[in-house]
Amino acid sequence: MSDLQLPHINYAALAPMLILFGAACAGILIEAFVPRERRYPVQLGLSLAGVVAAGVAVITQAGTRTITAGGAIAVDGPTVFLQGAILALGLVALLFVGERSLEAGGPFVAQAALIAGSEPDRRQVVRPGATEVYPLMLFAIGGMELFVAANDLLTMFVALEVFSLPLYLMCALARRRRLLSQEAALKYFLLGSYSSGFFLFGIALIYGFAGRVDFAGIHAAALGSDRSNALLYGGLALLSIGLLFKAAAAPFHVWTPDVYQGAPTPVTGFMAACTKVAAFGALLRVLYVAFDRVSWDYRPVLGVVAILTMLVGAVFAVTQTDLKRLLAYSSIANAGYLLVGVLAMSKDGLSSSMFYLVAYGFTVLAAFGTLTLVRDADGEANHLSRWAGLGRRSPVFAAAFTFLLLAFAGIPLTSGFTSKFAVFAAALDDGQTWLVVAGVITSMVLAFPYLRVVVMMWLSEPAESTPTVSIPGVLTSTGLAIGVAATLVLGLVPAPLLDLSTKAAEFVR
Amino acid sequence: MSYLDSVWLLIAIPLVSAGVLLVLGRRADRWGHWLGCASVGVAFVLGLSYFITLRGQDDRSHSVDLYQYMPVGGLKVDVGLLFDPLSAVFVLLITGVGFLIHVYAVGYMAGDGGRRRFFGYFNLFVAAMLLLVLGNNYVMLYVGWEGVGVASYLLIAFWYTRPSAATAGKKAFVMNRVGDAALVIAIFLMFATLGSTQYADVFAGVGRLGEGTLLALGLLLLLGACGKSGQFPLQAWLPDAMEGPTPVSALIHAATMVTAGVYLIARSNPIFNANSTAQTFVVAVGALTLLIGCIIGCAKDDIKRVLAWSTVSQIGYMFLGVGLGGGAYALAIIHLLAHGFFKAGLFLGAGSVMHAMHDQTDIRRFGGLWRYMPITYGTFLVAWLAIIGLPPLSGYFTKEPIIVAAFEREGWTAWLFGWAALLGAAITAFYMTRLFWLTFHGPKRWTDDIEHPHESPPVMTVPLVLLAVGSVAAGGLMVSALSVTDWLTPVLGEHAEREAVMPHGVITALSIVFTVLGGALAWALFRNGTALVEQPAGPVVTAARKNLYTDAFNEAVFEKPGIYLTRALVYLDSKGIDGLVNALAATVGGGSGRLRRLQTGFVRSYATSILTGALLVVAAFLAVNYGWLS
Repeated sequence: MSDLQLPHINYAALAPMLILFGAACAGILIEAFVPRERRYPVQLGLSLAGVVAAGVAVITQAGTRTITAGGAIAVDGPTVFLQGAILALGLVALLFVGERSLEAGGPFVAQAALIAGSEPDRRQVVRPGATEVYPLMLFAIGGMELFVAANDLLTMFVALEVFSLPLYLMCALARRRRLLSQEAALKYFLLGSYSSGFFLFGIALIYGFAGRVDFAGIHAAALGSDRSNALLYGGLALLSIGLLFKAAAAPFHVWTPDVYQGAPTPVTGFMAACTKVAAFGALLRVLYVAFDRVSWDYRPVLGVVAILTMLVGAVFAVTQTDLKRLLAYSSIANAGYLLVGVLAMSKDGLSSSMFYLVAYGFTVLAAFGTLTLVRDADGEANHLSRWAGLGRRSPVFAAAFTFLLLAFAGIPLTSGFTSKFAVFAAALDDGQTWLVVAGVITSMVLAFPYLRVVVMMWLSEPAESTPTVSIPGVLTSTGLAIGVAATLVLGLVPAPLLDLSTKAAEFVR
Repeated sequence: MSYLDSVWLLIAIPLVSAGVLLVLGRRADRWGHWLGCASVGVAFVLGLSYFITLRGQDDRSHSVDLYQYMPVGGLKVDVGLLFDPLSAVFVLLITGVGFLIHVYAVGYMAGDGGRRRFFGYFNLFVAAMLLLVLGNNYVMLYVGWEGVGVASYLLIAFWYTRPSAATAGKKAFVMNRVGDAALVIAIFLMFATLGSTQYADVFAGVGRLGEGTLLALGLLLLLGACGKSGQFPLQAWLPDAMEGPTPVSALIHAATMVTAGVYLIARSNPIFNANSTAQTFVVAVGALTLLIGCIIGCAKDDIKRVLAWSTVSQIGYMFLGVGLGGGAYALAIIHLLAHGFFKAGLFLGAGSVMHAMHDQTDIRRFGGLWRYMPITYGTFLVAWLAIIGLPPLSGYFTKEPIIVAAFEREGWTAWLFGWAALLGAAITAFYMTRLFWLTFHGPKRWTDDIEHPHESPPVMTVPLVLLAVGSVAAGGLMVSALSVTDWLTPVLGEHAEREAVMPHGVITALSIVFTVLGGALAWALFRNGTALVEQPAGPVVTAARKNLYTDAFNEAVFEKPGIYLTRALVYLDSKGIDGLVNALAATVGGGSGRLRRLQTGFVRSYATSILTGALLVVAAFLAVNYGWLS
């Protein structure tokens, strides 16, 4: 019997994930041992500190190119960039999640059975608890960090589940419109498990083809294997379905509007920004590292998916009347634009996609953050008609939201323009002309639903029932300021971040 | 370091002023409008000094790269500016006429609570417009292009208490999106084929492009230009945009923004010169639009709408000019500059009349106003004579050469486009005379108890007088003393004398005769005023009143199918896939009658849709694997 060799582990490279998972476990202990009254500040402080510490740990890894933990984890340029992006966006999302001044008792609830307006529900106002969301969020962020660093398919699957399960729960935590929230969580969970099934089956087929699950091994096997290519292509197809589901690409987008609408709005923002980074980060790694040799074969198929995604997102956004659903379809369309960047299959494609993820993340976070502010007695008022004339009541707020919508519409001097321009240019450089034409046309179509919101806010008479814009607390204000500022700065001077993403754009194999 | 390196100040000054006005809010209400005027005035003086510097240089083109905007792989886009003869004249027009209109707006908007905000948007517009003409690459042009778009929607919708203003803002947005999409695709096409969007690189590389690419590029740029400049088939938004305050109509929808399309084509002249088919398209669009514009202008009774359709028609002349190529580029630019003066004068005059008449815009309810507002009358008179092109006013010097140039084309197209231009001149004289006469002469058709006409304050009349001076002198000066044609030669190419199908003298005589005839006819018909309500009319007038059915055409061809497509897709989304599966099940199962319409929202229907998608994706991958597709 030969000696078991323990794999070498580079703890510094794993530090961001270890810190987050450690903080999450500590958070669970806090739930158990700290008195209810004091949990909120402690949990919030711990989460923010955990994310910041993980961010510092990520920064120290800049320039690292290593594969560690027995080949399970790769820490390279894209890993560091995307981990940093997830942490930066997660930090802003955490600010929105942590806001409690908008609604006494906070937007979350701990027990599903608690009836809104009942005695225990009212007690939450006096004795604020419901802090379960913080450890859940830390687990989710940690899982995403692992997801973009995974260097073999099994680690990737584990990471997928690690960040998905907390997300399912977080979707169900809304204190207002509880049924909608729980329905959304159940749908997300059922469909998520369904797509995980595809992913897992894909892994099985790939293993059948290559005899290995690590990306370098698959890359090597793609050159020549004695197994049938059907295993390779079938496996890749199922694998990409699992990832495209998380990325909300058509036709695997069906869950998105319902879940985005039902989930508590800060959580929706978190999903729209961070889940997208994680899903595309993994997709990029799978396609660029493991399957780059068959890119000529899968590009047309995924190209069709990209066009379909852009079309579905843009066309269905036109008829939406609920702002959260509208942003959900917009997020679907953005998945399509990201796919255009991914399919460039070049260094530029990689760097521009990563740039896009950051730019879009900040804008979408700020957009969902503003949604939390428009409220009436029943909670948030998300129906478009309720926003009529909001510009006259709260011009500053409406101006900021208009700016974000212009960014979504891709108007120059916003990050929406520079990021779309970057991915389209990368795709064009690689000869993907039709994707770019479809992208330009759909983005023009997509401008209309945004314009409708702008028209509604500025040009309609305020109705009797127009809700008020709450004065945001410190946390929300900070989050909004960061989101809007990032949208502006990345629109005016995108070069530094583009340079950074270009420098980072090299996978280790 | 050259003095011209600081040309970015031109954009920065109005931009900073706009920022101050919009950020400070009410605190700037008292002095905000003066800051707005001053920033444009300073920009004008600065522009003039740059202009003089450039005149003194041998190399009449100065390019500054400020910083790297987007480094995307093979594409390096810089924030770079180009100050050359073409952008110089545009800078002078935008800041010069812009300054006068700003001053006028101080008086015009005096009673409006939102005046400061208005000046904020106004300065924003000037900054964006300057960026548009000063950029040294197509991406910068596009940034300015969208910037003027955003600023103009804000300004159209400025009077947002009016629902029609909101609708108009929306229409402008829709039509412009079509043009913008074409422009973006053109820019990406340049990048794909030439690897750059810098003017210098693109124009140097034109020779390497194939016929098809050049034609596509030309047509896309033309469509983009049509969107911004209100040319056929995207002309419908411009007259509706008159819902905004009158100074906006004067600055944006007459003097500057709508001429951006002409600038785009003139700037891209190497692309159009290399492809005569694209040029013919430009000429055809110009000729068609100039006729459409002036025919519809005859049938309108709203003073601003007549002027709007007249703008559409005059820009048609400019498109005709830039499409003719060669020396006609410079002619079109000169006409554009002269038009900036007299059309701004006409709009501001109309604003002055509306100011006096309680915001009445119906020319059937004016009449005899010359007695009450002599300065407005005098300036309007000059601008009227200038636009119809009677010598020695500026329109004569700038429009007539374009007509001559149209007759210089080869073959039968010379006759077609030449006569279109001549006919347009006659109709222009007709509708402008009608407008002028019904407004200022003839019996008064308003009532004393409602309207008390009075002259406007000096802050409004002084700009009018200055613009009138420009309308008299600009055309002749630019053609003779300033020789703008030679000035523009480094950018637009040499003027080559060509043979016209008729002698030049005959064409000139014809155009004067046509103009006088058109004007006389209008005078004869309308010298005694007109009925106060719309009269039943023959098919031609009815068609003109209905904008020659172009709106109906747009609705039938673009809007309706779009709406139906969206509805169908939404139906498919909510009912379709699930219904299809159920229908299959029902058929297979032997016609069970339980085929129900299921509402969306059920997890099972979502799962079905995912499964369908998954099957399709796997099938597609396997198809690739087994080569079924090839």
